[in-house]
Amino acid sequence: MSEATTLARMLRRNARDLRDRPAIREKDRGIWQTWTWGQYYEQVRDFALGLVALGFKRGERLSVIGDNRPRLYWAQVAAQCLGGVPVPVYQDSIAKELAFVWNHAECSVIVAEDQEQVDKVLGLRDQLPALRLVVYDDPRGLVHYKHEWLRSYQEVQELGRAFAARHPHDFEAEIEKGKPEDVAIICYTSGTTGNPKGVMLTNANAIGIADAFRRAEDVRADDDALAYLPMAWAGDAAYTLFLSLVVGFCSNCPESPETVQRDLRELGPTTVLAPPRIWENMLTGVQVKAADAPALKRWVFERFRAAAERAEIRRSDGKPIPLGLRLACMLGNVLVYTPIRDQLGLRRARWALTGGAPLGPDTFRFFRSIGVNLKQVYGSTETTGLVSLQPSAEANPTTAGRPCPGIEVKIADRGEVLVRGPVIFKGYLKNEEATREVIDSEGWFRTGDAGFMDPRGHLVIIDRAKDVGALRDGTPFAPQFIENKLKFSPFIREAVAFGNEYPFVSAMVAIDLNTVGNWAERRGIPYTSYLDLSQKPEVCDLIREEIRKGNETLPASTRIRRFLLLTKDLEADDAEMTRTRKVRRKFVAEKYASVIDAFYAGGHAVELEASITYEDGRTAIMKSHVRVEDVEAETTARV
Amino acid sequence: MAVVSGLLEIRDASKSFGGVQAVTRVSLEAQKGEILSVIGPNGAGKTTVLNMISGFYHPDSGRISLEGRDVTELAPSRIAELGVARTFQNIALFRGMTVLDNLMLGRHVHMKTGVLSACAYWGLAQKEEVVHRRRVEDIIDFLRIQDLRRRPTGSLPYGLQKRVELGRALALDPKVLLLDEPMGGCNHEEKEDMARFILDVNEEWGVTVILIEHDMGVVMDISDRVAVLDMGQKIAEGTPDEVRANPRVIKAYLGETKAVPSTGGSRV
Repeated sequence: MSEATTLARMLRRNARDLRDRPAIREKDRGIWQTWTWGQYYEQVRDFALGLVALGFKRGERLSVIGDNRPRLYWAQVAAQCLGGVPVPVYQDSIAKELAFVWNHAECSVIVAEDQEQVDKVLGLRDQLPALRLVVYDDPRGLVHYKHEWLRSYQEVQELGRAFAARHPHDFEAEIEKGKPEDVAIICYTSGTTGNPKGVMLTNANAIGIADAFRRAEDVRADDDALAYLPMAWAGDAAYTLFLSLVVGFCSNCPESPETVQRDLRELGPTTVLAPPRIWENMLTGVQVKAADAPALKRWVFERFRAAAERAEIRRSDGKPIPLGLRLACMLGNVLVYTPIRDQLGLRRARWALTGGAPLGPDTFRFFRSIGVNLKQVYGSTETTGLVSLQPSAEANPTTAGRPCPGIEVKIADRGEVLVRGPVIFKGYLKNEEATREVIDSEGWFRTGDAGFMDPRGHLVIIDRAKDVGALRDGTPFAPQFIENKLKFSPFIREAVAFGNEYPFVSAMVAIDLNTVGNWAERRGIPYTSYLDLSQKPEVCDLIREEIRKGNETLPASTRIRRFLLLTKDLEADDAEMTRTRKVRRKFVAEKYASVIDAFYAGGHAVELEASITYEDGRTAIMKSHVRVEDVEAETTARV
Repeated sequence: MAVVSGLLEIRDASKSFGGVQAVTRVSLEAQKGEILSVIGPNGAGKTTVLNMISGFYHPDSGRISLEGRDVTELAPSRIAELGVARTFQNIALFRGMTVLDNLMLGRHVHMKTGVLSACAYWGLAQKEEVVHRRRVEDIIDFLRIQDLRRRPTGSLPYGLQKRVELGRALALDPKVLLLDEPMGGCNHEEKEDMARFILDVNEEWGVTVILIEHDMGVVMDISDRVAVLDMGQKIAEGTPDEVRANPRVIKAYLGETKAVPSTGGSRV
């Protein structure tokens, strides 16, 4: 198939072969509006030619900022058709981060969703020398903005239609010029250290991931997917742009971020991709509803839930399920499981994927047990979002699955996972050196993750390779591995473990305001704020118990001995985490140096100075005295 | 400035309740497309003026006209039909009804179907419902409350109820929108949102707004003109800057010569 070499050609093929099939939907004014592939093509063409009329050249970069909207996806595809490069950015980034990305990528066009996003661009206008055109989707509030470089989406499309009348063959000609090795998108990695890096993914990568995924998983042209994850995340690009264009399935944009849950239910997508946080929220939602239900309903729910989980554990261990349990599950399917799946919008889902971070085994098991085919997927931005995937029959909460067909995986020294195949990115934008550091001469990409292959042939990821260290006595120490054990507790939102070159492991813990707040309310413990709640002795005891539970699953030498409850959650705005919520370990260690000192000097109190960055960039300092706690009473004596 | 007859004119209106003279010979004029704020200390008669415009009260003397037409003695329902919508200081929504139903009710003055045909929900009645629902959906989109359509209004936080009430008033497609303390009891973020909505309604839909508000920062920011009432009388009128510098206003507010704060959300 010579045709299947660029995304632009895929669009042209879809417009021909799938002309009247739905390509993308958006819920607008409470109603799902559908565009077919034929209409998708026309929308992209009109916008692309409008850009040409306004002087857009091959190789120029176009950024999009906003929620998932068809027009923002079309703008990206339009750039691809013209040999330009889309650069999606996170809409919740602070101004400094946006300015860095737009300048680094030299974006000449920015397509913004609405006034809120246009205002961000306006505020940075002076710092963006390359910028010459800003296009907005939703005109509300923008009627009085008069700038010659600011245009509405319709305006650009009208220019495009006028241009097409004069140059009817230009669009096709531009598509023909595209090559597989052309960069198809630049996704900025959040980077746990330093500035974000622009990951250049080519058309060949896009086709590569779609092929690998199709060979590993059942995905069809009549599938429905929900497009609700940040567009700047490589996962969304891979799913909503690459896979959708190659396979031809329909992407559905929710009405607003607040309505995702309801839209999910209305739509009932046939395939679902969600990070662990979403699965955890769904489970919490179910548990809260169950707790509020009348006693009889609650009893039925709990009994059948327990039965399903027993069956699921036996199934995953490969043991036979006794007849009684099997009958109970059949009845449960009618009474409990199917209605819950329906409520969650998962009734039609043939498979559901979780990735990006580990998902707690209890949450994982719950969804499997009620009949959701939940599986883990592993990948990174540099691998176009895909390396390995669990086959449906081998789903389990601990592995990252089997490497997808066509993708090679090898374990190097120190356990680092290396990947090779068509999904490996072309390089970091304007950073040859960093590219050479991660891709060797044979094409192996260093993921930076430490892991191993289990006897079944599944990849298991333990931690970031550079974070794996050793305690003072030489015991290997993988902080993320320990943190994940803690984060499986519903009460713990974030945890940071220390221990490299120290005698024992300690952890800073950020409580989950919702669940702990709920827990406190049910016990009649009054609190005013996150700070106040986090320092309640009862909450401290609760977390201590959770840490003990986590400790039981750890080898004795790497158990957590001391901990501290943070007075605020770790935030990307404070540079403590990346936008995809990965802890920036080095930065946190410096910022909380006084805490680490207290951990290992045996102190019982520390003054915590937390700086908070608001969304508009202002900062505030919050000072408080915080207790350092021991997990087991006698440990301090030994320090 | 040339004398242009305003969209809404109040001439020498007075109103007393028993022995209390609430409003004395107040004249106000709202020009088409402007945001006119009415400010004043508690009990100055601001809400009474709004109530006279919307037909809740009829003035004891004086005259109120809308687009040159005398509406002084008209019933509230008639005035609403003529294009005057309002919100209330203490939210007046149907708490048990959903947001959507409250907004649909705001369309009531535009609905022509009778009870019988509405019950049958067929033909014209159905068509009419679709037209009105579309308009309501525009407002839902405008106010960004898509996630609240099916929520009973009574279960919403205060700031959102205020927003829904604005939506209910907008559903009338008003020429004049009377807002009685739309930001009262709202937090800083809710106030900013509300100010944004008021400006957008005014700029994009060309709706004339008469606003009563205590938050001086907001009033001075968004108003084209400000009228000041004290003890039932109008003591000043003009642009925000003129009013801010007016010694009578400063005296009414502070009882001494000290400038009215020009920014910030301080309640005066």
